[in-house]
Amino acid sequence: MGFLRSLFRSKPTSASIAKERLKIVLAHERASNRAPDFLPVLQKELLAVVGRYVEISDEGIRVTLGASGDTSTLEINIEIEGGKLKKGGSGPALSAAV
Amino acid sequence: MLAKVIVVTSGKGGVGKTTTSAAFAAGLALRGHKTVVIDFDVGLRNLDLVMGCERRVVFDFINVINGDANLNQALIKDKRHDNLFIFPTSQTRDKNALKREGVERVMEELKQQFEYIVCDSPAGIEHGAITALYFADSAVIVTNPEVSSVRDSDRIIGILASKSRRAERNEPPVDVHLLLTRYDPARVAKGEMLAVDDVKEILSIPLLGVIPESESVLRASNTGTPVVFDEESPAGRAYVDAVARFLGEQREMRFLKAERRSFFRALFGRA
Repeated sequence: MGFLRSLFRSKPTSASIAKERLKIVLAHERASNRAPDFLPVLQKELLAVVGRYVEISDEGIRVTLGASGDTSTLEINIEIEGGKLKKGGSGPALSAAV
Repeated sequence: MLAKVIVVTSGKGGVGKTTTSAAFAAGLALRGHKTVVIDFDVGLRNLDLVMGCERRVVFDFINVINGDANLNQALIKDKRHDNLFIFPTSQTRDKNALKREGVERVMEELKQQFEYIVCDSPAGIEHGAITALYFADSAVIVTNPEVSSVRDSDRIIGILASKSRRAERNEPPVDVHLLLTRYDPARVAKGEMLAVDDVKEILSIPLLGVIPESESVLRASNTGTPVVFDEESPAGRAYVDAVARFLGEQREMRFLKAERRSFFRALFGRA
């Protein structure tokens, strides 16, 4: 019975688990190894500009360079603390991803 | 004659770099190419043992770099094949003894005498490994079908693309080849080991060969004989095929399937 069950309900093999884990970790490592030098500076400048209009903390911004297929993506995530706008801030609405 | 420089590298240790360097160099010599194999693993000299010439080492790489000996005093001519030479490294504890300028001078001199220079890299991504890959025209990435080896191979492929001399000079990139070693088709069939296509897909570099797990590899290093000289050995024949592919021949991959009988034995116990 146990043999039949294992035949029909295919559990992923350890090799296929290895493959999936490798794909994920290498995608991440390749992206960070090839990250250009300007990313930290860009992050700091964005923080300064956006910080003029809304309350954000130093940890509230994440800039990552990624790739899917043939296209590269620059993803900028900014967390606004409590959705508070600063007084006098009148800039356009902020969009999160470019 | 201007030699082509081939680095045998992997990042991870213990995957078969020295075995591969010995087999590859001997394979090139058997095909009629004058070849030298260099040990870059300063302080952990082992190529001499695997090549069976440990008792003939007088001068080494560091002696030549420092000008204490000339190249021809340090090169050891293999007793089995006229085209094959071994260039041993030093057992000094100073791992940074291989200065790039010195290595460059020696490489230029070797290039005048040989068709192929095979560089046996140490493990890791430190000075020794970077020096071994710096001058490469081609790279053989030795990989085991196992997660840590595949990850380290990916890392070393990245380093070849950014830190080799070809990369620094904006020349055409180092030609990289995947060599999968210690492959066990029976375990692959059972889903216990990454298949060759999985590793190829993950690393996305061309496949040069698959070397099956084989008892003959240990036998070869026990006796100090490059495994290509063992004509009975599946691993030896797989290396001969890999060398032929490196030289541009089309050869079908062998040893990718478990032998039928052993496969059924594995499935049904002792059939």
